[in-house]
Amino acid sequence: MQREKNLRILTYIIVISFAAIWILPLLWMLSTALKPESQVIAWPIEIIPKEVTFDNFYDIIFDSPRTPILRWFFNSFFVSTATTFLVLAVDSLAAYAYARLEFKGKNILFWLLMATMMVPPVTNLIPNYLIMDRLGWIDSYQALIFPQVAAVFGVFLMRQFFIGLPSELEDAAYIDGCNRFQIFYIIALPMAKPALIALGLFTFRASWNAFLWPLIITNSAKMRPLTPGLRLLQSNFMTEFGKLMAGAFISAVPVIIIFIIAQKYFVKGIALTGMKG
Amino acid sequence: MFKKYLRKLTPYLFITPHLIFFTAFLAFPAFYGIYISLHKWEPLSFNKPFIGLANYQKLFTAGTLQNRYFWNALVNTLQFVIFSVPALVLIGLLLAILVDSKIKYKGLFRSIFYTPVILSVTSVTLIWMWMLDSQTGLINYFFNQLGLDSVAWLSRETPAWISLVVTTVWWTAGHNMLLFLAGLQDIPQHLYEAAKIDGASIFEQFWYITLPSLKPTTLFVTVMTTVASFNVFGQPFMMTQGGPGRSTQVAIMYIQQEAFTNYKMGSAAAMAIIVSLFIIVIGIFQFKIMSSDVKY
Repeated sequence: MQREKNLRILTYIIVISFAAIWILPLLWMLSTALKPESQVIAWPIEIIPKEVTFDNFYDIIFDSPRTPILRWFFNSFFVSTATTFLVLAVDSLAAYAYARLEFKGKNILFWLLMATMMVPPVTNLIPNYLIMDRLGWIDSYQALIFPQVAAVFGVFLMRQFFIGLPSELEDAAYIDGCNRFQIFYIIALPMAKPALIALGLFTFRASWNAFLWPLIITNSAKMRPLTPGLRLLQSNFMTEFGKLMAGAFISAVPVIIIFIIAQKYFVKGIALTGMKG
Repeated sequence: MFKKYLRKLTPYLFITPHLIFFTAFLAFPAFYGIYISLHKWEPLSFNKPFIGLANYQKLFTAGTLQNRYFWNALVNTLQFVIFSVPALVLIGLLLAILVDSKIKYKGLFRSIFYTPVILSVTSVTLIWMWMLDSQTGLINYFFNQLGLDSVAWLSRETPAWISLVVTTVWWTAGHNMLLFLAGLQDIPQHLYEAAKIDGASIFEQFWYITLPSLKPTTLFVTVMTTVASFNVFGQPFMMTQGGPGRSTQVAIMYIQQEAFTNYKMGSAAAMAIIVSLFIIVIGIFQFKIMSSDVKY
């Protein structure tokens, strides 16, 4: 009994130490962002600022024409939302066919899609850049959105889900004279809501946080999304850490809010993908 | 007649939208990349002559700049993989065990460890550059409080590697935690009950039940983490710019530099193909080795 008690105390000590290490950088980011410039590097340090100000936020939002952070925010929001809706539409349609319909070439096509899941993003970096160049799409929203819609992960995830659904309802609708698209839209899609939400969350976050591709495909400051935009903020403000932390905070808030709201769907999504090993 | 035809066509209508994107921006570019790598492809010059395997030969011929910098970058990437993967897997596992044990506020702890995972690489690196700042950073403040000297974290080679690994662990260990947690919760409870009746201690239960049951999860997590670490770019790009010198320049950074700063697209495409093959082969190889003794 005593041993078990000791073990529990030890567990608490370890978990709380780790949690402290994990929270400290986040707290420090927020606290720095809220401090007046003069206090940011003051010693001894203040984890909780004595004097709170929103100057850093004001400055980077309204007073820095070279780093238009509001525009970046809009870009990120537009690109991530458009990508998410396109991925959901395109992937669920394809996944339904691979899960439920019979057609020539189905297995070989699906096998081909799955094989490309192993291909790392760096493979397509240069060719896609040159394709966009040829299309005249450098520095455009299409270039930011379309390559992300080509991914096959969503097709795989949605197919797994559709296969797991009972097909009686769909068969009944078929006998009643519904066509395949009606069955998909009226019956299968509503049942797939948990998978759609999981894929939507995954896609939105991946798009919001994308760095390398948007970094190379945009060259004007006003077309940058927020994630690569922070790189420009960094080279503009160098060591003004109050402003940099305000920028880091602004870019983190939307994804954090979405995850707080939709947490349970996300955990479900991990189970769905068979990521249990 | 028309209806029958339409019915046969339906599945293709379902898959076509995805296939268009897939073909244009994933399948075709893969082959186009090979084509580019066989040419002297410099955007500023009008001619892009076919040069066979010269771009590859350059990488394997001692003495060329590409040879020196490319292999340096590849070795650096490998170094990052070797340092970061064990830390990410072990700490992920430890966190999972902690938040799965009988403690209060499990959900809260889980959220705390998972929060950095949802941040972008630029947010994370800005935060840690501030934490690690050699003049006014929090880490050096703690070092000084403990009577230790300040460390130039990002401008000396060994501390720079430590910084990159620490930042990465803080950023993504929570993801591995979640995967291990799913694995832990799949272990049937009756195994533990039987072991308890037999008088097994907590450590024996861990060693003989938990660890063996987690083998498939560990395999999956290790392969995924290794592949992710091979793709490292944002952390060194933001935090060290590959420095000091080129000591933390990783493969994708050098490819990006060769393509978009030196404008040598053909040469960069050849490097990208070699790195891609590397990543694919290592992923498959690891999976084969590790799954050879996993029993489901």
